[in-house]
Amino acid sequence: MNTAKKILLVDDDIDFLVQIQTRLKAQQYDVITAEGQQDAEKILAETKPDLAILDLMMEQVDGGFALAYHLKQKYPDVPIILCTAVASETGIEFDASTDEERSWIKADVFLPKPVRFEQLAREIERLLQDKA
Amino acid sequence: MYNLRTLVVDDELGMRLGIQKALSRYKMQLAEVAAEVGFIVEMAESAEEAIEKINTDRPDILLLDYKLPSMSGLDLLERINVQESEMVTIMITAYATLEAAVLAIKKGAFDFLAKPFEPDELKKAVKKAAQNLILARQIRKLEQEKHQVRFQFISVLGHELKSPLNAIEGYLNIMHERVAGGELKSYDEMIDRSVVRIQGMKKMIADLLDLTRIESGQKKREIVECDVCAIAKAAIESMQTAASARNISIKLNADEPVTMMADAGEIEIVLNNLVTNAVKYNRDSGQVRITLKKEKNLVKITVSDTGIGMSAEESAMLFKEFVRIKNEKTRHIDGSGLGLSIVKKIATIYNGDVNVTSQPNVGSTFNVRLHSEESKPTDPV
Repeated sequence: MNTAKKILLVDDDIDFLVQIQTRLKAQQYDVITAEGQQDAEKILAETKPDLAILDLMMEQVDGGFALAYHLKQKYPDVPIILCTAVASETGIEFDASTDEERSWIKADVFLPKPVRFEQLAREIERLLQDKA
Repeated sequence: MYNLRTLVVDDELGMRLGIQKALSRYKMQLAEVAAEVGFIVEMAESAEEAIEKINTDRPDILLLDYKLPSMSGLDLLERINVQESEMVTIMITAYATLEAAVLAIKKGAFDFLAKPFEPDELKKAVKKAAQNLILARQIRKLEQEKHQVRFQFISVLGHELKSPLNAIEGYLNIMHERVAGGELKSYDEMIDRSVVRIQGMKKMIADLLDLTRIESGQKKREIVECDVCAIAKAAIESMQTAASARNISIKLNADEPVTMMADAGEIEIVLNNLVTNAVKYNRDSGQVRITLKKEKNLVKITVSDTGIGMSAEESAMLFKEFVRIKNEKTRHIDGSGLGLSIVKKIATIYNGDVNVTSQPNVGSTFNVRLHSEESKPTDPV
């Protein structure tokens, strides 16, 4: 039997953390949560997750970007899903579907908030499979 | 810089050219409306020509001869429906009787200029007209901005109300699907969080009702002699449980009695909001100090805490609606983001103000100054 995949989940919205964590655990993932960029950086200093789900806008507007950048520097092979309410709040569309976009955005997938869990689960599965 | 289009309607060529000469290169400073004004002068020699010009492109200022060959200036005013336009009309006449003036004003003229006049008299009249015109424009612009602010408020409000509902719906779905298994205990945290979000939403709605009541003036304000000390004590009492739980002490210093003519409900809101914040944003085992002072008809309320404080940048935006300071320290503190904007609105009603001095990790001090109201109850505007 495989050991459970470790997912780092970072968001300053506690309700989002609790809900996604509960649902991921039900799918047998091992979930570590952090409520902000600083907490997450501490965790990353000691732990290498198999995948990370980050919120784009935390206390600093670009906290998610900075975190994604550091994470990719340290662990280039860890896929990142960046969740964001930017599109619904500002109308600015983000995407990470081309190589050029991925080269500066440092995320493998962008998901708009509110996140549909089925879609999130599908992306997680796909990214972990691609990696394997 | 405003360029006001000015139409001169007179059958005398000399008069038209004279006015054009006086105004076309003339720039005036209007200190009252903080504007510089210039004029673009156009001319019409008959009523018919004037009506056509006005209907195609309405000028800002109309200098209208009272007696034109085919119709009087008054008839012309009637034809163009001046009342509904922003155009300012100055009537020019050689027969400056009081009756004529009154009639012209009734038909929508703004001012009167008697022939013959000096360029300075003309400029004076035009200046008055320009001032009136620009003031009206500024007021309209301000109203549009107010409208815009309202719209923004509603859109943010919608977002703020939707977010707790989304969270609660998410928890209910998880429970409904038994995602964490069959044991109710596994869902305790979600139930707690749902209750927190519901309470936050209730508080926001209560604050919102306070705010709309204050702003709309629908509630009849009852101005009576209020004992500010007693109101402060009640505010302390309502926060006592929350304060004791975190070992926070609350002290009241007052040169008793501090009384003022006010609506008791409004003073309660001010003190409740400030004391609640001082406890919420305090550290464990911290202190809250409330000082009340009275100088003639001015009441000064000071509430200071030993809490997390904030940067100057954060203080600057604190009194705006729905602004909540978002950082590591405030992450677990709930609030509607309306409390302090309400305090500010109330302070304004009492011809007063509110300000804050703060230092991160040392604490914040809020100063509110309120002037006693007149003793007669004020009706809503």
